[in-house]
Amino acid sequence: MNQLAQRIEETFPGASTKVTEWRGDLAVTVKREALHDIGKFLRDDPAMRFDYIVHVSSVDWPDDEERFEVVYEVYSIRTRQRIRLKTRVPESDCIVDSLTDIWKGADFMEREVYDMMGIRFRNHPDLRRILMPDEYEEGYPLRKDFPLRGKGWRDTFEFLDEPAR
Amino acid sequence: MGLIQLGGHDKDGTPDVITLTVEKAVNWARKGSLWPMTFGLACCAIEMIAAVSSRYDMDRYGAGVFRASPRQSDLMIVAGTVCRRMAPVIRKIYDQMPEPKYVIAMGSCATSGNIYDSYSVVQGVDRFVPVDIYVPGCPPTPEALFDGILKLQERIMQKRVFLTQPKEVKAALKV
Repeated sequence: MNQLAQRIEETFPGASTKVTEWRGDLAVTVKREALHDIGKFLRDDPAMRFDYIVHVSSVDWPDDEERFEVVYEVYSIRTRQRIRLKTRVPESDCIVDSLTDIWKGADFMEREVYDMMGIRFRNHPDLRRILMPDEYEEGYPLRKDFPLRGKGWRDTFEFLDEPAR
Repeated sequence: MGLIQLGGHDKDGTPDVITLTVEKAVNWARKGSLWPMTFGLACCAIEMIAAVSSRYDMDRYGAGVFRASPRQSDLMIVAGTVCRRMAPVIRKIYDQMPEPKYVIAMGSCATSGNIYDSYSVVQGVDRFVPVDIYVPGCPPTPEALFDGILKLQERIMQKRVFLTQPKEVKAALKV
């Protein structure tokens, strides 16, 4: 088993549900409740020192019970290690603890996840839409049940005096 | 258009007077001083930049004075994918341009949305601004853009400059 994953398992027994490693990329799926603590540990532990957040993204698995997956990718510039933290959220309770207090760079990326997938982040300083306009009301475009062509927004031009053809 | 020799001072016999209609003169001046507005949105903008640079030199056609302000330009080249969120901005900039104004939709995206048949991409810039010339290509080469500009110049030469207003309009304006 990977040393990093082992370390996480030792510090937080039972928190990680799945560990995969493929071509040197380590991905650890953790329980939603433990995500924030593990993030803090990864940044502050002297052996880890994951000081750089690379990316925050999300996946929609429409057939799964816990439908959404939030993915954090963090990197340690000092120890040159990389780890991917995943956590699952059900559709009925679509909320995760924000990691903006650990890595400030997560701010805009978490907003993007909120904008595109509709997953909310607890304690996020400014959780608004970031790519779509604030008044956008059609839902969350990257969800699998969202129609590819949207729901008519791309063809309505309210700024025109006459209706568009 | 015609050339006439008045013969007064010109001893070698070359013509020294041009005759043409005022309309043609105005159109000729307009087509020879198109001031485009930079509206690069995607990869088409790179070809547009190449078209203005020294190798292709768009200034040869009188369309090289790229302005960063819509108030100083009369040709808007929409180069790239038009997202719905950008649409009101493009419309506002178009409205700010002084008349007479022309629009070139450069590339497949600005023309029809191209492959981006998605929730956020407008399916052609002509949905909300009138387009004069469509330039096909993904992206179009500088030569293709020149073809579009030359076509636009042909079109400008055909425009009527002095129009008599209909009676109803005159009556409404009380002139």
